[in-house]
Amino acid sequence: MNPISIILVVIVALLAGMEGVVDEFQFHQPIVACTLIGIVTGHPTEGIILGGSLQMIALGWANIGAAVAPDAALASVASAIIMVLALNGGSADSSTVITTSIAVAVPLSVAGLFLTMVCRTLAIPIVHAMDAAAEKDNMGAIDALQIAAILMQGVRIAIPAAILCFVPAEIVTNALNAMPAWLSGGMAVGGGMVAAVGYAMVINMMATNEVWPFFILGFVLAAISSLTLIALGLIGISLAILYLGLKEAATQGGGNGGGSGDALGDILNDYE
Amino acid sequence: MADKISLEKSDRWAVCLRHQFLQGSWNYERMQNGGWCFSMIPAIKKLYPNKDDQIAALKRHLEFYNTHPYVSAPVIGVTLALEEDRANGAPVDDAAIQGVKVGMMGPLAGVGDPVFWFTVRPILGALGASLALTGSIVGPLLFFFAWNIIRVAFLWYTQEFGYKVGSDIAKDLSGGLLGRVTQGASILGMFIIGALVERWVSISFKPIVSTVTQSDGAFIDWTKITGDAAGIKTALTQYASLGANGLNAEKVTTLQQNLDQLIPGLAAVGLTLLCCKLLKKGVSPITIILALFAVGIIGRVIGLL
Repeated sequence: MNPISIILVVIVALLAGMEGVVDEFQFHQPIVACTLIGIVTGHPTEGIILGGSLQMIALGWANIGAAVAPDAALASVASAIIMVLALNGGSADSSTVITTSIAVAVPLSVAGLFLTMVCRTLAIPIVHAMDAAAEKDNMGAIDALQIAAILMQGVRIAIPAAILCFVPAEIVTNALNAMPAWLSGGMAVGGGMVAAVGYAMVINMMATNEVWPFFILGFVLAAISSLTLIALGLIGISLAILYLGLKEAATQGGGNGGGSGDALGDILNDYE
Repeated sequence: MADKISLEKSDRWAVCLRHQFLQGSWNYERMQNGGWCFSMIPAIKKLYPNKDDQIAALKRHLEFYNTHPYVSAPVIGVTLALEEDRANGAPVDDAAIQGVKVGMMGPLAGVGDPVFWFTVRPILGALGASLALTGSIVGPLLFFFAWNIIRVAFLWYTQEFGYKVGSDIAKDLSGGLLGRVTQGASILGMFIIGALVERWVSISFKPIVSTVTQSDGAFIDWTKITGDAAGIKTALTQYASLGANGLNAEKVTTLQQNLDQLIPGLAAVGLTLLCCKLLKKGVSPITIILALFAVGIIGRVIGLL
């Protein structure tokens, strides 16, 4: 990799690491991080495809309360760098490289999880320093400490990314080429299945007896391949509005004549 | 009170911009307290010219705080309204401000997680990813811009809403609207997840269930196809009516094809439900993911998958 690419990769990694905790702009999501790394290293198409594949796996990864999810930031950044190294080293075909990078991303997400827990512990003395600054009415210091804490989370990804950039491309390529077909093929099969884990995490958060029928409807309707995801989304929104409207009408007991029509109107008004 | 101190739109916007970094100093002791105080600083500077008041305000806003980073916006809006009243001499004590924060953060986190993390992000993510899988830059762009437009609009307008209605919003929390939004998000989320399981969890069982020799006319008799353009046309015409099974004299049925006749994606939904069970039993997601890769490799070696 040339020096300019390395610098840009480190900047992307810094953004991804900061977003891994801040969770606002979404630079840590694979579809964004892998795409950016692909662009700055001259492999945009492969980066986008890797990002899309990893995004499918990471859909359900979210930080809830104090619980920390597998780390999408390190997984996306590091696997994208490995992919770029393999492509630069003149590796066989890009689809094999992408599949292998997906498999590599999974253990990396665990490593990232560990690193972010370390950073969240290191943030405790930072807020203690903020307490001391508040005591002295030093608002500038509080600002600086907040920015330092954010940068610390960025550096958490930027350092591993910088180190990876200096691994010779041939080593990565040779390692990939040395991989037997049953292993890379098996990883591709596994990669097709792991998305289920993310979906299961989402289901466990939201599932009640009341909403399971909607899961079944979505599942069955998805088999109609002419329905795009946007079409399915619109069906889902309509079902939600209909269901909530009817439920409201039912709980009101239908006392007045035009009850159900009004209730649905009310819901629609509330959504504006 | 002739000279009432009030927060201008520009002050509230400054708070909103800083509020984006709420989680930056997330720590295991008081969670989002640092980011919260950081967000309040423009308002504190404006409202309290007196040094001692500033110190008290900074300390008051370094207390424990944790909620979903986006639905925190109405909480900070209400807090701005309360601080403004206090700066103008209203009897709003520390306990009232902390009480509003703590009282709102719990119920609102219960709305933010399902709505943003489990409905909007999976839907936009899947939409973007399905485009990205074809190598199209539209996928990442769509995800990034749609998400950030929704996010910034939500942060600003709900903060303004909180600021305008002040402490009244806290009373409405147990009311119907939030409950309906959460349930609506759950319905939409479950529906979309059902669809995503069918579309994107891929399991294909390779074993061959049966090999049947088809009768004459059910397959293309390649010995009668000539090698010229007319021959190709004949073959394609027959293919159009016979389908994929017409390519060979023997009809091969895999286990997957049998399963697909029951309902497409049956194995995928079974696997997903199994993952739900395991997660509920406390198995770490990482363990399950690694196990699935192992199953994939083993399945491939023995020819099952």
